[in-house]
Amino acid sequence: MSAEDVPGVASPDVGVSAEAAGRLAGTVPEPGVRKPDPLLVLDRVTRSFGGLTAVRVDHLEVQRGTITALIGPNGAGKTTLFNIVSGFDRADSGRWSFAGHPLTGRPAHRVARQGLVRTFQLTRVLARLTVRENLMLAADGQHGERLLPAVMRPLWRGQERETGRRADELIERFRLQGVRDDFAGTLSGGQRKLLEMARALMARPIMVLLDEPMAGVNPVLTQSLLRHMAELRDEGLTVCFVEHDMDVVMGVSDWVAVMADGRLVAEGPPHTIGQNPAVVDAYLGKRHDEPGTAGDPGPTGSGDARAIGDEE
Amino acid sequence: MDFEVIVSDALRSGIGPIAAVYALAAMGLNLHFGYTGLLNFGQVGFMLVGAYGLAVTVVTYGGAMWLGVLGGLACAVVLALLLGVPTLRLRADYLAITTIAAGETLRLFYRSSWAEPVTGGVYGLQRFANDFYDLNPIPRGSYGVWLVSFDARDLWVLTVGWGLVAVVGALLALLVHSPWGRVVRAVRDDETAARSLGKNVYAYKMQSLVLGGVIGAVAGMLQAIQVQSVSPDTFDPAVTFFLYTLLVLGGAGRILGPVVGSILFWFLLTFLDSALRQAIEAGYVSSELISTSEVGAVRFALVGLTLILLIVFRPQGLLGNRKEMMLSER
Ligand SMILES: Nc1ncnc2c1ncn2[C@@H]1O[C@H](COP(=O)(O)OP(=O)(O)O)[C@@H](O)[C@H]1O
Ligand SMILES: [Mg+2]
Repeated sequence: MSAEDVPGVASPDVGVSAEAAGRLAGTVPEPGVRKPDPLLVLDRVTRSFGGLTAVRVDHLEVQRGTITALIGPNGAGKTTLFNIVSGFDRADSGRWSFAGHPLTGRPAHRVARQGLVRTFQLTRVLARLTVRENLMLAADGQHGERLLPAVMRPLWRGQERETGRRADELIERFRLQGVRDDFAGTLSGGQRKLLEMARALMARPIMVLLDEPMAGVNPVLTQSLLRHMAELRDEGLTVCFVEHDMDVVMGVSDWVAVMADGRLVAEGPPHTIGQNPAVVDAYLGKRHDEPGTAGDPGPTGSGDARAIGDEE
Repeated sequence: MDFEVIVSDALRSGIGPIAAVYALAAMGLNLHFGYTGLLNFGQVGFMLVGAYGLAVTVVTYGGAMWLGVLGGLACAVVLALLLGVPTLRLRADYLAITTIAAGETLRLFYRSSWAEPVTGGVYGLQRFANDFYDLNPIPRGSYGVWLVSFDARDLWVLTVGWGLVAVVGALLALLVHSPWGRVVRAVRDDETAARSLGKNVYAYKMQSLVLGGVIGAVAGMLQAIQVQSVSPDTFDPAVTFFLYTLLVLGGAGRILGPVVGSILFWFLLTFLDSALRQAIEAGYVSSELISTSEVGAVRFALVGLTLILLIVFRPQGLLGNRKEMMLSER
């Protein structure tokens, strides 16, 4: 299996990323534009809470092998959109597909098994599992996860050893060696962000949805998380992440999609986004909500928690 | 006061059949609560359907005992599915409410005159375990070491009981240290995170509920076999709370937690009972303060006090890890 060579990257068939990013060069920067090789495609997705329409996205495509930033002021509907696509929330209408397979209405665990793995704005580490166990848990297709084989150790011992080896690789890659055998509940905020990203990769995703991976993280760690993202993209992973800080977005993303009031208001390469009147309007005109005020979890944070509570 | 009698009573109880019964039932509860985070407040209901499944098959329908055992296990599976299907997709408290109600409803149903032709109503059913005692290889007589001795019959029940504890304990140890156990513990810590990593949380909760319930049913059968009788009122809701008490005492989320907890619980309970009775008889405690008939209630009050002290000074139980336990307070 070639996926073994590169920890965390599943599909050996994804194209060379720099090339894929380059191919976006010719794409017209307008909301809903078609991409040459879309991995995730959303069509007419809406979701409202009472009278409030949190998401109404007409059309959105995410190009394979790129880093796409999803930005927008607090309450724009970014987390809600992630929740819908990842199966943690139900849309009122619309359809969406991933790697050519319809994904509409799939439960969360099925979405993850298809290769679309998400992380959470408020980190969700498994507190009473060690860091290594957190990672090993995420591995896909484990024989020992079935009840009957579970009591017959020889059936899964070999696979378990391999899973452990892969976990150790990711632990090293994300510099978590020092806390490898600690309960994840004892980690600092930044370490939790690292663990969550590493854990998502352990599932061998084709694409990851990262909800504010850099929120509340110190600048040094932010740089390291960005480097990880770029590396992963270069290894063929498709990344879509939510971020508030414009500088961060400029530096790392190949493409930027902007949401405001539930709508997709702009799309384009990072350098075109700053001058886009719709974006300026979204951030400054309507809400007087400066980009870069990411530290405040505000309605965004509670939205995340509520949407998930709602689904249960 | 005869200290030897007190210790002998307490030891007999601590290693006796009833301690094995409670250890088993609490092991099932430990899988639910300690490992999967399921709040099952009706473990006694699983014990009840197990015991009655056996008794009804043998006494009412004249079936063989092994058939009765299978019947008891099947009843536990059905009960777990009935409880789990509507509640396990909901928040944790729904299972708690449903199980506490189900346990008590079952008891009332089994004792109702409507069910009497099958269940024997308030009188219950007797003499369904002859096959079990016929298998007893231990020759008649009394066997003992130091202060404790058992007759051949009790020794047989006790051997099978603790044998079952050992087998179930070994199976559970294999399970929780497998990838299956890892998923189940992840569900306990944060089921949303587990789902985001591709785990079918509902299926794991259901498997845990069924398995722990079946273990509870085995405990119920053993209890019924030991006295060759079932009656609905032995399956009081308080049983579930004793099970939680001894689970917390021994340490939830530890394989041996329920075993150590049960032995200690019954040792202490009997020790207090015996000591109080003797103290009253000997006049150390004025019988105006506590009469002999009140000893039963007082010893439970003292057990409650012990539990409070334990939670204050050692909340993780005897075998638990305090650091780990504190992490669960989210
Ligand atoms: N479960 C919910 N119930 C009610 N309103 C919600 C819920 N989830 C999100 N919202 C609302 O939907 C809007 C979009 O929220 P969210 O998707 O969290 O925004 P973002 O992540 O872009 O900051 C907000 O106004 C938020 O308050
Ligand atoms: Mg958000």
